[in-house]
Amino acid sequence: MSAEKLFTAADYPLAEKHPYAPRTPSGLTLDQITLDAVMAGRVQIEDLRVTPEVLEWQAQMAESAGRSQLAENLRRAAELAVIPADKILAIYQALRPGRATREVLYCTADELESCYGAKRCARFVRDAADAMRR
Amino acid sequence: MPVSRRAEARARRPINRDSIIREWPETGLILFHSPFDPRPQVSVENGRITRLDGKGEGDFDSIDRFIARYAIDPARAEEGMALDSLAIARMLVDVNVPRAAVARIFTGLTPAKIMDVVSRLNVVEMMVALQKMRARRTPANQAHVTNRKENPALLAADAAEAVERGFAELETTVGVSRYAPLSAMAILIGSQAGRGSALTQCAVEEALGLRLALLGLTSYAETLSVYGTESAFRDGDDTPWSKAFLASAYASRGIKVRFTSGTGSEALMGHSEGKSMIYLETRCLMAIKGAGSQGVQNGSISCIALPESLPGGVRGVLAENLIAALLDLEVASGNDAMASHSEIRKAAKLMLQFLPGTDFIFSGYSLMPREDNLFGGGNFDGEDLDDYNILQRDMLADGGVRPACEDEILEARRRGAQAVQAVFDELGLPPVSNEEVETAVHARSSADMPDRDVVADLRGAEEFLSQGRNGVDIVRALARRGFPEIARKVLAIQKLRVSGDYLQTAAVVLPDGRVVSALNDPNEYQGPGTGYQLSPEREQEIASVPQARDPRAERCAVPSAQGARLEPAGEARPGNDPREIVIAVGPAFGAELDSTLLGLLHEDVLEALTAGIRQEGCSPRLVKIRATSDCGFIGYTGAQLSGSGIAIGIQSKGTVVIHRKDLEPLNNLELFPQAPNLTLASYRVIGRNAAKYAKGEAVLPVPVEIDNMARLKYIVDATLMHLRETGQVVAGAAPLELRLPLGCTEGGPGHER
Repeated sequence: MSAEKLFTAADYPLAEKHPYAPRTPSGLTLDQITLDAVMAGRVQIEDLRVTPEVLEWQAQMAESAGRSQLAENLRRAAELAVIPADKILAIYQALRPGRATREVLYCTADELESCYGAKRCARFVRDAADAMRR
Repeated sequence: MPVSRRAEARARRPINRDSIIREWPETGLILFHSPFDPRPQVSVENGRITRLDGKGEGDFDSIDRFIARYAIDPARAEEGMALDSLAIARMLVDVNVPRAAVARIFTGLTPAKIMDVVSRLNVVEMMVALQKMRARRTPANQAHVTNRKENPALLAADAAEAVERGFAELETTVGVSRYAPLSAMAILIGSQAGRGSALTQCAVEEALGLRLALLGLTSYAETLSVYGTESAFRDGDDTPWSKAFLASAYASRGIKVRFTSGTGSEALMGHSEGKSMIYLETRCLMAIKGAGSQGVQNGSISCIALPESLPGGVRGVLAENLIAALLDLEVASGNDAMASHSEIRKAAKLMLQFLPGTDFIFSGYSLMPREDNLFGGGNFDGEDLDDYNILQRDMLADGGVRPACEDEILEARRRGAQAVQAVFDELGLPPVSNEEVETAVHARSSADMPDRDVVADLRGAEEFLSQGRNGVDIVRALARRGFPEIARKVLAIQKLRVSGDYLQTAAVVLPDGRVVSALNDPNEYQGPGTGYQLSPEREQEIASVPQARDPRAERCAVPSAQGARLEPAGEARPGNDPREIVIAVGPAFGAELDSTLLGLLHEDVLEALTAGIRQEGCSPRLVKIRATSDCGFIGYTGAQLSGSGIAIGIQSKGTVVIHRKDLEPLNNLELFPQAPNLTLASYRVIGRNAAKYAKGEAVLPVPVEIDNMARLKYIVDATLMHLRETGQVVAGAAPLELRLPLGCTEGGPGHER
């Protein structure tokens, strides 16, 4: 897909309309994920995951249907897709009531931005910290 | 004060076990418009919402702040808020205003405004609006699959049955949370054991829930609860930001999520702040919208009996489903907890979601009998499935369930249980015995199941998790143990995480792994002939409940060999014996048909009638009427031939009239219209009464039992028999004399009685 053309509802579902576009983090296309490949050990659980790229396409399709918040969620997800699950769970825990101070959340946001380039998530965590000010 | 016996009887009715209370706005026990609810208001400055429903930015609580920042489009807010609430309400039911136009307006409204709009609608208008506004065109349904013993074979069998019955999502939960990986695995395998497919989830604590999904043991989650006040949110141990972040976390692994909310939770938790249930629920839904969720499970959920205790409670619960749809969210519309002791009230409540259709009509139809439902029981359960199928058939409404025949169900159940047995063995989990498999196939509930070694199961579950066993291991185990089809389908579910297609609003998965959502199956209802239409195939499927009989095949066979055929003896002439009573029978009597609706042989009925006539010293004469099948005309025609002027007219189905020749055809001396209530003893008394009329004696009408259900039970059979009789009518044919059968002749057995 060229950078100019955005995905719309007409491109959905990707698995049918663009069957070779979604790839696993390891580069497999959907048609390569077969029972034979699983039995031969060529597909592991780690392969069966969405990539940031696919999440961006899904975000574009959601946006084309007027669902801007869903699109934003999918773009935050795209940033998180490369972050280890334990790290994500730790951030979730920190966001729960009474778990972390505002300062800790600001640090978390900075880390999201600097280590993972997760700008949207960083902004979101900063906003959660700002909301604690009151 | 003493009460009437009728009042006592009513007091014992199930409805009077429901709690019914008056409103108490100060504690949030009110559906709409608490005096403490704010008035709709918005201010936008520099593209930012600075005033929301009576509060300035400085006074926003965290939910106000979240809604102002993420849920309302500042570019549309002032325009939308300036519209008259009644005008917007009318757009909801105006088929000329497309769904998308309504959804656009709602991107700019505040919680108080949305409540104000929706409160203008009555229940029927809300249903019309929900039909138009739900996200996905085709409705679907979700099942609960759990059992008290957490038996994996039974879970797999129930999951397989649920999918066979058409449920698109299955939700399980656990009594002991450490069982979660095994239970999640059991319904995952079961869900793919039949021809269909379904998404599965396991309702557990958030971190464990996410872990199960990452391991591919579940394919979606819906436990992300939100609340309408800050203090209730805090008691729920979350904030709008933490919940939104968790939703992004699921999406980052390609896993579908919906949130949960519902009226009554804040009041129940003591944190309503005096606000109405719908106002608070609208705040929840806007927080969910702001979090970027594709959908929500709402409709009061486990709190349902609380709004239902209040005036307008059931309407309010419909309103919350509608508001979710107006916010363009997928709606799994509740009906997942016992809503009443009264079956009438439960079914009436269901209709509000069932008739318009929602993305998931139940967010948990209990596939099992309710004692096995670890969620506390659905509003409908496994034993109501035939009722549910008939409701679909009655209304020709798609309730997301397909009637399945018992053979198909047992086959799917067996495959599911056997597959889980094989996977347990292959992965070194505690064995599932053949006895467990067989029992699971036929069990009513887990009470029928043998007990498992719980300690061993829990140890196995812990090892399963600690070894990082996952969906791919399950695929391999299934393939190795001779279940390649199920293996392929479980793999198709795992692949959903790669394309991310099912992250879109209201997604469901088809058996071949294809995804259908609001993007490729959008609801574009704009009045009759638009939106979701039952396809001829689906209509046929809904109509074909297993108990449906073919009326053409009923009572069409030749008469059973038991019944003697009545022999004709020439054309009937008027008689002149004043003691003669004509028994005029219908055209199929003792010929094409040989017994009454109740199953009495025609010859036995004749024997009873003639015995009664003779008992009074009169003589019976048998005549067959060919020109009509109508009971009144049969009797009337018989009376014209009768020497005494009295005739008994009888149709093949057993309906009887006593007629006299000077009466109008449709008048009579006595009519017994409900054949199923007539026994041989009644026919004998009818014979006696006819004779007494002939003799001019005073007659006590024949006492007949009243059975209110007779018409209900027999009307179809009566119609079919009467069709058969009417088929024998020969227009203008003269009545025929019939020989009395042996048992009816003088000195025959009937005479001795």
